[in-house]
Amino acid sequence: MRAGDVIFVTGTLFTARDAAHRRMAHYLEEMKQLPFRFDGLPLYHCGPLVKKVNSEWSVLAAGPTTSMRMEPFEDVVIKNLGIRLIIGKGGMGERTRKTMKEFGAAYAVFTGGAAVLAAKHVKKVKHVEWLDLGVPEAVWVFEVEAFGPLVIGIDSDGNSLFEKVQLEAERRKAEIVKKFVS
Amino acid sequence: MNLEALVENVAVDLLRLASVRLPTDVKEAIRRAYNKERSRIGKAQLKAILDNIKIAEQMGIPICQDTGLISFYLKAGSQFRGLDKVEETLRRAVQRATVEIPLRPNAVDPFTQKNTNDNMGMRVPYIHWRIVSGDSLEVTAFPKGGGSENTSTLKMMEPSGGLRGLKEFVIESVIKAGGMPCPPTIIGVGVGGGPNVAMELAKLSLLQPIGKPNPNMAIAQLELELFEAVNRTGIGPMGLGGDSTALAVKVKYAHRHPASYPVAVAFQCWAARKATALIGSNGEVEYLTHKV
Repeated sequence: MRAGDVIFVTGTLFTARDAAHRRMAHYLEEMKQLPFRFDGLPLYHCGPLVKKVNSEWSVLAAGPTTSMRMEPFEDVVIKNLGIRLIIGKGGMGERTRKTMKEFGAAYAVFTGGAAVLAAKHVKKVKHVEWLDLGVPEAVWVFEVEAFGPLVIGIDSDGNSLFEKVQLEAERRKAEIVKKFVS
Repeated sequence: MNLEALVENVAVDLLRLASVRLPTDVKEAIRRAYNKERSRIGKAQLKAILDNIKIAEQMGIPICQDTGLISFYLKAGSQFRGLDKVEETLRRAVQRATVEIPLRPNAVDPFTQKNTNDNMGMRVPYIHWRIVSGDSLEVTAFPKGGGSENTSTLKMMEPSGGLRGLKEFVIESVIKAGGMPCPPTIIGVGVGGGPNVAMELAKLSLLQPIGKPNPNMAIAQLELELFEAVNRTGIGPMGLGGDSTALAVKVKYAHRHPASYPVAVAFQCWAARKATALIGSNGEVEYLTHKV
């Protein structure tokens, strides 16, 4: 998978956002056993909108959240949980990119805000952990089918579309300022 | 129905309309961006956005899982009956909407980190009042997602930098925000007043209809220039590169202190959720942003 490729995911993935990352990192640092084993499953930065019908959870909207907030914890998570695919939006930082390169992991983007589209591809809620963190912050395990389209934003060689766009924007800034700021 | 119950029902409706259906001006702006976008990846992002808007509307489900921190902007006629009950009524509406639509519970105590689970909390929903003459109440529901709030910027600039400084700061803010606020965004710029006023104006700008030019010619010109400028950054949809970084730039100003030049930039993700209704004291309701 190269930066810019489009992929779809079928199978099982789990969600974790701010509070779950903080707690996972804390567990891993303290060498405490996590209550779940998701080794190798795609990790989705998402706090879904869900509804409980009878005793079953159903997912109404499940778009990505801004991945950058997970930057301080992601390297530890990748190293310890064997994550090979991270799904989110907005890109991630240098530390994560280095760790992803080292461990052969990639970062894929689901269109931010396209949450109903995302939910359509969630076939089932298989499990939920850490609900005490609140519904958006809990760790959800979804069965998904053709989940996507996902754009590879950072590939396992460390090529980043985000970095490319950002550098280009910085380069263009001088021209823009010259044209519009005088 | 008494007026209190009516306001409650209308507020629930507004939260539903805002969460599920984008106003026409926003949808049109996204369609225009889609037609103009030259980047393959950027166009695919806009396609997913347009598909999502359609499905959400058909299914009656919130467009985005982040149904926002809820605020209401009110233009209250001083003769509207029961103004003192309105805040309480809006709070009830939020609790109901959270269950009925449903909305994601998004009110978290900043000290204990506990989610209240009903979208209610200290100063949440945020209620912004303006008292005007007349006997009707205009309510705007403005639930705003966290991703685009997080890229807001505020700078107390050197007055000597003037308009140049302002423009540079807006361009810098957009580049720094990158893909994080879910572009293409609406960009609200507030200038003058104090820091609180500048940010308030930036947020208020986001409620302006997209296609309507600013009645102040100089500001209309500035909005157009900033719009062109930020769209040349190439940040593009979701920060993956492309022509569509902003759907619009809106500017509001206040006079400033001689020593200060505050500039605030507020970002609104493409899912620009807002809905307005006018409630008459006679019980008549007119929806201003959506056909119902």
